[in-house]
Amino acid sequence: MNPHLILRVVSKLLIPIIVLFGFYVQFHGDFGPGGGFQAGVIVAVGVILYALIFGMEEARRAVPPAVVRYGMAAGVLLFAGVGVATLLMNGVGEPVNFLDYDALHTDQGHHTGQHYGILLIELGVLFTVASVMLAIFYAFAGRIPDLPDEDW
Amino acid sequence: MTDLTQYLDYALIGMLLAVAFAIVRLRNLFAVVMLMGVYSLLCAAWFVSLDAVDVAFTEAAVGAGISTVLLLAAMLLTAREAEPTKPPRHWAALAVVVAAGAALLYAVPDMPVYGDPQSAANAYVGRDYLEQTPNEIAVPNIVTAVLASYRGFDTLGETMVIFTAGLGVMLMLGFGNRKREPKGKQAAKPVKPVKPAKGEGAP
Amino acid sequence: MLDILLERFNYIPIILLMMTGLYVVFATGNLVKRLVGLSLFQTSVFLLYITMAKVFGGQPPIIAEAHGEDHAVAAAGHGAAAAEAVLYSNPLPHVLILTAIVVGVATLAVGLALVVRIREAYGSIEDDALNTADYSRDTGAAG
Repeated sequence: MNPHLILRVVSKLLIPIIVLFGFYVQFHGDFGPGGGFQAGVIVAVGVILYALIFGMEEARRAVPPAVVRYGMAAGVLLFAGVGVATLLMNGVGEPVNFLDYDALHTDQGHHTGQHYGILLIELGVLFTVASVMLAIFYAFAGRIPDLPDEDW
Repeated sequence: MTDLTQYLDYALIGMLLAVAFAIVRLRNLFAVVMLMGVYSLLCAAWFVSLDAVDVAFTEAAVGAGISTVLLLAAMLLTAREAEPTKPPRHWAALAVVVAAGAALLYAVPDMPVYGDPQSAANAYVGRDYLEQTPNEIAVPNIVTAVLASYRGFDTLGETMVIFTAGLGVMLMLGFGNRKREPKGKQAAKPVKPVKPAKGEGAP
Repeated sequence: MLDILLERFNYIPIILLMMTGLYVVFATGNLVKRLVGLSLFQTSVFLLYITMAKVFGGQPPIIAEAHGEDHAVAAAGHGAAAAEAVLYSNPLPHVLILTAIVVGVATLAVGLALVVRIREAYGSIEDDALNTADYSRDTGAAG
């Protein structure tokens, strides 16, 4: 009998819920505590839990290091891209500001542009933070210790 | 009800001091790392008591979660015990720390009063954000509104800092997809000087 | 004098915690424990700022409007009245400390990566041994 049977069964039930909770925290950051940073860490921790229980090879098959590398850059690009988009979308004669979300949508009364802007940049932050935490974990876990555990 | 919250604060402060002193005295690095996770969790609990729910969330996730995992991974790759401190170093460190602490305590009477809504720290820009957010951004969570919109440029910088840190760690420790070579091969490989190709090169 | 200190009693244990973290940084020779001490110091500084933001009788800075009501009622009047009638904690230090926490873990990761590489290069992470190894190499002694 596999000694880690309970861990495997329970984590197979829990990891989807952890990732779902991460997305809940991400999208409800406007209405309650939360936002991109917390959500990114929660999603990364879900994958780290998978790596701890099922092994690094399985985790690298589930979330390949290439995806993690591209995710890091994609998040920063998304965030800065929103800023550049607001620079380009301002009307003629209006002041041009970087990251001025009101330019993203024409409805100024309900500030829909602000909502869109905040949603997009929090998404960028989620990608970057989750990918970086996972990349750091992969980097540490991929290193072979000098002495095996029995020799300490 | 306020009385009960105060006692919770005192209990949390007492536990934080106990954990901090234990971290000073312990030499087993595994215990030190675990106590650091406990310290982060206690800080997150005190943040909730101080009405800072976003900060508590982040501290619990980042401090008690990721930070503990990273410290454990590094500890497993380096050492399990710390050497004891020699007495000259201990007394020198204590002297410096007592002097710095005395200087900080001397500055305490000038700090804002605890819990004062009219203090200089809470009266100007903070109150402006509280009053203007429903009009200008229409997002209920004011911390998200300030973080993402009023101070969005700082958040862009922070994201870039995280990206750079990930890049730095990957450059130093690898991408995590190297084959497992037998130990000793990597440390013993000397750096060969680059020889110019035979028959080619500058005339 | 005592009542001035009692009004600001929250700073005193935080200063103690900060100095404890700083003591760990100075006194220990082990690099990993030194990084733990630095992390202790950082977290205590976060406590300092967040206690400055606390308002007695206040709430977390999340505006609790009735859902669906804000579109019908004029946003300006409703928003201003809601913000003045209820006390909220100061949101600005929360934002600063949120950034600081994440940046702190990023620098901790880089520091730990450096420690791992030092261990692989020198075989030890005690700074006495590292200094000896470096100086013996500089003076050309056998090492």
